Amino acid sequence: MSKRSSWSIPYFIFMVVFVVLPLILIVMYAFQDGSGHFTLANVTRFFSDKDSLSTFALSIEVALENTLLCILLGYPAAWILANKDLNRSAVTVMLFIMPMWINALMRTLATAELFNVMGFTLGKGTLLFGMVYDYIPFMIYPIYNTLQKMDASYAEAAQDLGATPWQVFWKVTVPLSKPGIMSGVLMVFMPTVSTFAISEFLTNNKIKLFGTIIQENINSSMWNYGAALALIMLIIIGLSSFLGGNEQAEAEGGLI
Amino acid sequence: MKQDYIIDIQHLSKSFGGVKVLDDVSFYVRRGEFVTLLGPSGCGKTTLLRQIAGFIAPDEGQILLEGRDISGIPPYQRPLNTVFQRYALFPHLDVYDNIAFGLKLQKVPEKEIEKRVKKMLKLVSMTDYEDRSVESLSGGQQQRVAIARALVNYPKVLLLDEPLAALDLKMRKDMQLEIKEIHREMGITFIYVTHDQEEALTLSDTIVVLNEGRIQQIGTPTDIYNEPCNSFVADFIGESTILNGTMIRDRRVEFMGHGFDCVDEGFGENVPVDVVVRPEDVYIMNRLEGAQFSGTVKSCIFKGVHYEMFVETDTGYELMVQDYNAFEPGSQVGLLIRPDDIQVMRKERTCNTIEGIMADETHVEMLGATFECLPQEGLAAGDKVRATVNFKDVELLDHQEDGTLAGEVHFLIYKGNHYHLTVLTDDGDRLWVDTNDIWDKGDLVGINIAPAGIKLEKCDE
Repeated sequence: MSKRSSWSIPYFIFMVVFVVLPLILIVMYAFQDGSGHFTLANVTRFFSDKDSLSTFALSIEVALENTLLCILLGYPAAWILANKDLNRSAVTVMLFIMPMWINALMRTLATAELFNVMGFTLGKGTLLFGMVYDYIPFMIYPIYNTLQKMDASYAEAAQDLGATPWQVFWKVTVPLSKPGIMSGVLMVFMPTVSTFAISEFLTNNKIKLFGTIIQENINSSMWNYGAALALIMLIIIGLSSFLGGNEQAEAEGGLI
Repeated sequence: MKQDYIIDIQHLSKSFGGVKVLDDVSFYVRRGEFVTLLGPSGCGKTTLLRQIAGFIAPDEGQILLEGRDISGIPPYQRPLNTVFQRYALFPHLDVYDNIAFGLKLQKVPEKEIEKRVKKMLKLVSMTDYEDRSVESLSGGQQQRVAIARALVNYPKVLLLDEPLAALDLKMRKDMQLEIKEIHREMGITFIYVTHDQEEALTLSDTIVVLNEGRIQQIGTPTDIYNEPCNSFVADFIGESTILNGTMIRDRRVEFMGHGFDCVDEGFGENVPVDVVVRPEDVYIMNRLEGAQFSGTVKSCIFKGVHYEMFVETDTGYELMVQDYNAFEPGSQVGLLIRPDDIQVMRKERTCNTIEGIMADETHVEMLGATFECLPQEGLAAGDKVRATVNFKDVELLDHQEDGTLAGEVHFLIYKGNHYHLTVLTDDGDRLWVDTNDIWDKGDLVGINIAPAGIKLEKCDE
């Protein structure tokens, strides 16, 4: 073993202890019953339990809605930030990113308090607000990055060929910023499927998401079922990022 | 015939952040003509092209297309198309869709689009490349697609912004011929921007030479090459030796310490002039009889077709000579220049003329600094004066802080036995300097003027 490659040993150990082992444990627990015998009951229980399935459907729905809202609100923001005529300062970019410096839990708690003070009923509306608020920087930043790096001559060439500003935007700018949008979608969609803190605080647990059930199962020591649910979620996120990742590989990734 | 001008540019000016990029530029382009805007980088040629395309609005002046002012029309409504320097092909579209982009926006029927795209692909020798992604193409192929994409819309004028700059030499030569062929075949007016003088001479019907935002000369390639109107053009186009001379009388000029017959008239008698001699126009021979002057060969380099030699003349000037025969360094040669190969140009200036104000009896404020001068009679502090300083009286120093003024070498030409430099001071003023020292463009220099070198006269308001 060469000297240099020995530098990777600590990281290797870290990966094994904190990533690979927990994954193996999750898989083991998911396919065991309480006394340690192999079983498929945990997995089949999920697919036959109406409550779990509807929570899962709701989680996906909320995550999709959140992602869509983030694109609709985040894309124009990123476009304005990257447009040199509208924004020349790095400070405005920083202001958009700055909320990420503060712990998401704290922001969520504060948001919940604000809603309480203002007398809003906590429900799906407040849940989506909190999610968009928490995750929109993850959408803005990769899109901003691709837009900012985009060669201005593409837009000029399109104009030169007769495209109005509106046509330039839809036929050139948006297609060319697709890698940024894909990065943003992955970074917003994946964590929202598994989130539980936001729904807990911003709906007072009225709305339960998939992450909430996993957390409740683990908290009440139903480790095996919890592990099975976590595994199912992992596979779904893995699949979605695999599909998204392929798109990204085609055009250079937009993140960072 | 005014109507035959497809593009008529009138008094165009443009500044960026206080710097004048274009200064009162006017010229016209005839229908079907191949016009090249030629100049070194930063001369304003690309700004000019982008104004015609509509990406930059002029500060002053008008751009007329077929007699109509198009200054206020956005680029997407101008019947012009551009070939961009770095092609700007859309990476998310294949070759076919790139070329069809403009036609699809115009809602041209699909069948017509297909016909025209195929025709264009054939024109640029890219048939069968329709489905290729543009990123899989070589630089030359991308350039062809970019030309096809612009031409497929049948623009009234095709604008080309240094389209060959990114290609290697061999490819560039091939593409030059193809562009000329395409121009001939399509009959569309071309406006071409380049810094490559050889490219301009090869391609153009008319060349517009630009420097520092101003038009230096407009003419056919042969006009520009054979009769440059000032030392900038002479130096920029082709190889040349530029020398100080004196026009003795009509058809007689003196330079390098010898008198020559020439064909120029109307300069007056005993007028200082610049003389341009192209290296291929100097006849070089082994014998001295029949020669106008003699010299010693200093160096001889084989350049492929010809030999390039530097010859020191009997009067101490260095002259570049090109000939098909080689002459050994050290050998004595006879030299001859025929009358119609001597190009005489009026001098733009014979000394520096600077406005200033007297600070006291022995100091004058000019160029943003205070210079010592000889005691002046009849001039009091506060008087406005005009100072004249000979080129050779301006002294350049290695270190900027050693000079009364700091500046940068902006432009230089070798005049056979000395260098003639344009120095830009930190305040943006220009000084012209004759020196025997070797400086490079961009060198930072200190500037001094000896008190005896400053001649002052009171200037009336």
